[in-house]
Amino acid sequence: MRKKGWTMRRKEGIYGYIFIMPFIVGFIGFTAGPLLFSLAGSFTDYNITSQMEFIGVENYQSLIVEDGLFRTSLWNTLYYVALSVPLTTLGAIFLSALLNQDVPGIRYFRTLYYLPAILSGVGVYLLWMQLLEPGTGMVNLILSWVGIDGPNWLFDPDWTKPSLILMKLWSVGGSMLLYLASMQGVSKSLYEAAEIDGASRWKQFIHITIPMITPVIFFDVVTSLIGGFQIFQEAYIMSGNGEGGPANSLLFYNLYMWNQAFESFDMGYAMAMSWILFVIVFILTIINLKLAPRWVHYEGEEK
Amino acid sequence: MAKTDDKTVYMDKSEKAKSLSKPRYFEHRGNRNNMWKVFNFVLLAAGSLLILSPLWWMFATSLKTMQEVMAYPPSFFPESWEWGNYIRTWQVAPFTTYTINTLTITTLVVFGSVLANSFIAYGFAKIPFRGKNIWFAIVLSTMMIPGFVTLIPQYVLFSKLGWVNTYYPLIVPHFFGSAFYIFLLRQFYMTIPTELIEAAKIEGASHFYIWWKIGLPLTKPALATVAIFSFNGAWNDFLGPLLYLNDENLYTLQLGLAVFKGQLNTQWNYLMAGSLLVLLPVILLFFFFQKYFIQGINLSSGGK
Repeated sequence: MRKKGWTMRRKEGIYGYIFIMPFIVGFIGFTAGPLLFSLAGSFTDYNITSQMEFIGVENYQSLIVEDGLFRTSLWNTLYYVALSVPLTTLGAIFLSALLNQDVPGIRYFRTLYYLPAILSGVGVYLLWMQLLEPGTGMVNLILSWVGIDGPNWLFDPDWTKPSLILMKLWSVGGSMLLYLASMQGVSKSLYEAAEIDGASRWKQFIHITIPMITPVIFFDVVTSLIGGFQIFQEAYIMSGNGEGGPANSLLFYNLYMWNQAFESFDMGYAMAMSWILFVIVFILTIINLKLAPRWVHYEGEEK
Repeated sequence: MAKTDDKTVYMDKSEKAKSLSKPRYFEHRGNRNNMWKVFNFVLLAAGSLLILSPLWWMFATSLKTMQEVMAYPPSFFPESWEWGNYIRTWQVAPFTTYTINTLTITTLVVFGSVLANSFIAYGFAKIPFRGKNIWFAIVLSTMMIPGFVTLIPQYVLFSKLGWVNTYYPLIVPHFFGSAFYIFLLRQFYMTIPTELIEAAKIEGASHFYIWWKIGLPLTKPALATVAIFSFNGAWNDFLGPLLYLNDENLYTLQLGLAVFKGQLNTQWNYLMAGSLLVLLPVILLFFFFQKYFIQGINLSSGGK
C-alpha cells in the first residue's frame, strides 16, 4: 500500500517535469544561458566575429569614469522614469475613480478610455509625431484655443521627454482597468458607514478607497518602473531613427546600449551596460519590496 | 500605521451602519448625488472627446491633400476626402508583402504561445511534484529581468545558429512559454476543481489526455486572452524585426512603416493612412473581443 503510494507520487513528479519542460528548456536556452554569457562577456572586448578577449573591469571602468554619453543616457532615463511613473500612476487612479461612478453610459466610457492602451507600435509613434508637429499638429492647435503658444515638442531638447510622457498618458487606460477592478472590490458597507458619519466624498476617497487599492498601486509602480527603464522603441522612432533626438535629449539607456551593440558592434561594452541597468532595476525593486509593508495594505492581514 | 488605524475605525462604524435605517441617509443625499452625477458625466464626456481626438486626427489627416496637411492653422475636417490616398499608400510601399509576412509570424506566435503556455500552466496548477514552488518562483522572477540583458547574448546565439535574417528568432522562443502567460493561465486553472482531474485519473486517463480533453476546453476564455495578447504583441513588435531582419522581402508591417517614414519624411497624409491601416486590425479585434482584453487585466491582478 505504502509502496504503491510512493510510485504514484514519483510518477506524478515525472509528469510534472514533463509538463514544465518547455519552460525549463526555454529558461536555460533563452534566459539563464544568455545571462551567464552576457555576464562573462561584459568583462571582455568582443565584436561577435572576434574571439572574446578578457579585459577585466575595463568596460565598467570606462563607462563610469569616462563615457559622457553613458551619463547622458542614464540621466535621460532617470528623468523620464521619475516623471512618467508618478504621472501615469496618478492619472490612472484619477481616471479609474471617475469611471467607478454610476453615470449613464459608463460601460461605453470605460471602453473608450481603454482603447488607446491596446494601440502601440510604429503607427502610434508616427501619429504622435504628427500630433506634436509645432505648426500643423493637433496638440498646439488645441493649446492655441486656450491662448497657449505651444512649444516645439520633439524639436526642442527641453520638451522631447515631456512629449513622450504625454503620449504615455494617452494610453493610461491599461492600468486604469487594474485600479477599477480593485476599486469595485471595496466593500460598500465601508462607504455607507463613512457617509452616515458625514465624511465628504474626498475624505472617503483618501481614507477608504486609496488604502484599499494600495496593493494595485504597488504592483503598478513596480512594473512601470521596470518598464520605464527599458524605454526604447518610441525613442528610436521619434528621435529620427535611433540617433537620440535633438541634443541627445532622447538618447535613453537602451538606445545607447543598442547603438553600442548593433551599430558599433562593441558587444562587451554593451553587455557591461546591460548589467549596470540590471543592477539598478534590481536595487530599486528590492527597495520597493522593503518599503511596501509601510504603506501597502493587504486585506485580512493582522497588524 | 495611521492608515490601518483609520480602517479599523471605519470597520466599527460599518457595524453601526447596519443598525441604522437606510432611508434617512438617502433623503438628504439625493439632490447632491444628482448634481455630482451630472458633473461626472460632463467631465467624462469631455475627456472622451479628448481621448478620441488623436484617432480622429489620424483619420482626417489621412484624407487630406498634401497642401492641406501643410496649411496653417490645421483643420479638424478635410476639405475634400481623398480616399485615393489609401490606394497610393498601398502602392508606394510593398504593404501586401509586409502584411503577408506579419500574418505568417503572428499566426505562428499565437499558436506557439497558446499551446506552450497552456501545457506549462497545467503542470504548475494541477500536478503535484517536488520543486514546483522553486520553479514557479523562477518563472515569476524572469519577469523582473530587463529584456536588453538577454537581448544581446540571444542575438549572438541566433547569429551563431545562422538564424539572422530568418523568422526563427521571432517565432521559436514563443514555443517555450513566457512568465506572464504562464501566470495568467495558472490562475485560471486554479479555478477548475481538482476533483474533475482526480476523477479522470481514476478512469485511467493520463495527464496528457486530461490536459488535451479537459484542460484546453475548460480554459478556452483564458486561452482567448492569451491569443489576443500575443497577437497584439507580435503584430506590434518592432524591436525583434528591426534586429533580425535585413532583407526587405522579409520586413513586417512595423518595420515597413518605419522605412516608409524614412522615405516620405513629412508627407503626413500618406503616413497617417499607412499607420491607420496597420492599427485597424488591432482596433477591430478590440471591439469584437473586448471581454478577453479586460479578463486578461483582471486575471493578471490576481483576482477573479
